Amino acid sequence: MLADTDVPPVVEMRGITIRFPGVLALDHVDFFLRPGEVHSLMGENGAGKSTLIKALTGVYQIDSGTIAVDGQARRFETTADAQRAGISTVYQEVNLCSNLSVGENVMLGHEPRGRFGIDWNGVHREAERHLTSLGLELDTRSMLSSHSIAIQQLVAIARAMVLDCSVLILDEPTSSLDRGEVEQLFSVIRDLRDKGVAILFVSHFLEQVYEISDRITVLRNGQLVGEHLIDDLPRDALVTEMIGRELGDLAALSKNADREIDRTGTPVLRASGVSRRGVLQASDIDVYDGEVVGIAGLLGSGRTELVRMLYGADRADAGTIEVDGREARMHAPRHAIGHKIAFSSENRREEGVVADLTVAENMILGLQAQRGWLKPVPKAERDAIVAEYMDALGVRPADPTLPVGNLSGGNQQKVLLARWLATAPELLILDEPTRGIDVGAKADIQRKVAELSEQGLSVIFISSELEEVLRIAQRVVVMRDRGQIGTLDSSDVDIDALIDYIANSEEGSVTR
Amino acid sequence: MKALTKHRLFWPATALITLLVVNTVANPNFAKVTVQDGQLYGNPINILRESAPLMLVALGMTIVIATRGIDLSVGAVMAVSGAVALTIIDRADDSNRVTVVAIAIVVAVLVALVLGVWNGFLVSVLGIQPIIATLVLMLAGRGAALLITDGFITTVNSDPLSYIASGYLLILPFAFFVWVAAVVIVGLVERRTALGMLTEAVGINPEASRLAGVRSRGIVWSAYVLSGTLAGIAGVIYASNIKAADANAAGYLIELYAILAVVLGGTSLMGGKFSIAGTVIGVLTVQALDSAILFLGVPPAQSPVFFAAVVILVVLLQSPRVHRWGRSLGSSVRRTPQEAPPEVDDDRDADRAENVQKEAVR
Ligand SMILES: Nc1ncnc2c1ncn2[C@@H]1O[C@H](COP(=O)(O)OP(=O)(O)OP(=O)(O)O)[C@@H](O)[C@H]1O
Ligand SMILES: [Mg+2]
Repeated sequence: MLADTDVPPVVEMRGITIRFPGVLALDHVDFFLRPGEVHSLMGENGAGKSTLIKALTGVYQIDSGTIAVDGQARRFETTADAQRAGISTVYQEVNLCSNLSVGENVMLGHEPRGRFGIDWNGVHREAERHLTSLGLELDTRSMLSSHSIAIQQLVAIARAMVLDCSVLILDEPTSSLDRGEVEQLFSVIRDLRDKGVAILFVSHFLEQVYEISDRITVLRNGQLVGEHLIDDLPRDALVTEMIGRELGDLAALSKNADREIDRTGTPVLRASGVSRRGVLQASDIDVYDGEVVGIAGLLGSGRTELVRMLYGADRADAGTIEVDGREARMHAPRHAIGHKIAFSSENRREEGVVADLTVAENMILGLQAQRGWLKPVPKAERDAIVAEYMDALGVRPADPTLPVGNLSGGNQQKVLLARWLATAPELLILDEPTRGIDVGAKADIQRKVAELSEQGLSVIFISSELEEVLRIAQRVVVMRDRGQIGTLDSSDVDIDALIDYIANSEEGSVTR
Repeated sequence: MKALTKHRLFWPATALITLLVVNTVANPNFAKVTVQDGQLYGNPINILRESAPLMLVALGMTIVIATRGIDLSVGAVMAVSGAVALTIIDRADDSNRVTVVAIAIVVAVLVALVLGVWNGFLVSVLGIQPIIATLVLMLAGRGAALLITDGFITTVNSDPLSYIASGYLLILPFAFFVWVAAVVIVGLVERRTALGMLTEAVGINPEASRLAGVRSRGIVWSAYVLSGTLAGIAGVIYASNIKAADANAAGYLIELYAILAVVLGGTSLMGGKFSIAGTVIGVLTVQALDSAILFLGVPPAQSPVFFAAVVILVVLLQSPRVHRWGRSLGSSVRRTPQEAPPEVDDDRDADRAENVQKEAVR
């Protein structure tokens, strides 16, 4: 179904301007959202997508411009006002209470009431209904914090569905979901759209955008570039509009996957039979000098659990880990760091950035921790490191004195990557490093990883984007049901074969 | 000008200066300083002298709060350290010997340090919530102090001891130099090494810090050790001032005044970013308010209410939300209401941060 342009918009934003200290985040942006359409908002990291959404929902007050909802001029003071006007929002950084149960989170503020106050059984029943519509079977009484970031994202979406809304805003809802879950979410979105709900969708996955959208609005550097019907805008034209130039050739990268790795010596890291009861079944992985090993698998397949044990973030109760041929104890991240292993978590907000510290402080935190508090990183060295990575990774805005929490999600990710590269590791473990990163920067990061591995850095690379894994990893460890099921040579498989293998392979059919 | 009002110490400093000016106008003696025998006397000098115990305690509290903790035991630690010091001096043959007093002080401060180690152990190794962990010592400490002094208030006559709280070094009270030295040393250690930044990182996001390889246990532990040690010195100064070890009165409620001073200085109780200069301003504000109560002749029965009322005023003066209201009130007076152009608002970022936090809670 294609929404036609004659339908009066439910949301009309005109001339929206928002200025942050030192940054013009939005500069006279117009945006229209019509009932019964899925409208994607596209743009690079820091283009102003999340800011535009927050301007609409009253998180930020606008400096100038007008907002009309259902034809009436509105200005929301708080998100609660926006909700009352029928606008339901899932923000980019999951905003839930991790110390409440799943059910409480879904129904928070909308709890069904009985004669004696809140009807708790009703709360969990309702929550379960909403979760099932997303294809999620969860114990609604379990603590939210006990679930992975992907599940938390789905819970946040379920929470937005509780409201009977006429506008549904989803800011990068799919960033940690796998294919199956995205499909489930899309079918719910299509359902809502057909009922006349206007849906605002943000994602850096172009495939998803083209699959679900009716219309696209592109922002660049806080300015409106254009509004198009999806059929009028081919992919490369969209990318050019977003980044203001043509995207370099990604095909050149795939050479990295074909690079010959010398596996005759001792591996940088070899883990055998690493496991932990109820969390991970015995899994093996080894990484050689200059090699990139990808890990592929669905959500909950144990990818994150495995690498956390390699890094000492969680303890394994069985198995051995060898670094450069010698057995190593990994009981704390410090131990791993001592062996020149670095780990960038998939959970940027809780386990990555230190929000109130500046970009520069965040970048040197790993190095500083390594040196200890008595040896502060000298100012000259620090400035050099910061300048190098701001430039190499294209962090924007290019002001290292800003609190990192003020940066857009994608730019925060770049800062974290810089933190680890600054420690000069020999093995870099990246868990979803390109999550929430725009097409341009994604290519930059892949290039950087390829370049570093060519110079001898070993990398373990986890990504839900299998194209990405196959492009830069020479081998792929495949995981399913909390355990490793095999290791593939990436030159032997294409993407369909890999998907197939993840879903269907017979257990134990390990190939090399 | 804008840059000035945005500085994080602007509002704390404004509050302190306002307080001083109002009091001086009400009673010029408030600011009067006289010179006698080449030494300065008067109320401002008294404020600087009497600030010493609270300053030391608040300094330690600042660092503890930065780690997301709190130390309720500081008052009790003061009592213990005073009791230890005075008992040693009391039992000595010659209480006027400098070495006796020096040994007494060193032992007392070491005992306080050990108490800090205990607090830090409970919090950082056993993972007990700071408020509960330090409550243990808060309750038990005074009992221990009474045990040390056999249940009496030990009084001593010792000139070297009295010098600490009442003596003069050059033209200013010795106690003033003690706290200035403590502030400078702690300031240098926190900001010239990486300790301050790592402490803030642990306070803001403990898990991210752990994964970044920060030894958060040691950092949190050291904060409690520092707090205990400084409370120990404060206890000696207090005892020196009254020439007695009074286990019940020493440092009574000082933990709360210290928390107040830290907050007045702009450090958030949520942990993270801390400001030592802010704490200095906060302590001086509390101390000036204390002496204002005397100078304005507020009857003792009403002084707590007066104190509380001024504190509320000061806190309101610092609240970003109040600033915003003030400004929109100001602009609606100046402009015709129907125009009401969107206000451009300096405290925007603060408000935004607040909004985002609200969002997170929702
Ligand atoms: N609270 C804030 N304080 C100061 N600056 C901010 C704040 N929030 C966002 N910005 C700045 O505004 C600009 C737009 O950020 P925004 O989060 O809207 O980007 P985005 O398009 O959503 O990017 P991403 O794809 O990375 O999520 C960025 O330059 C960012 O640094
Ligand atoms: Mg965003």
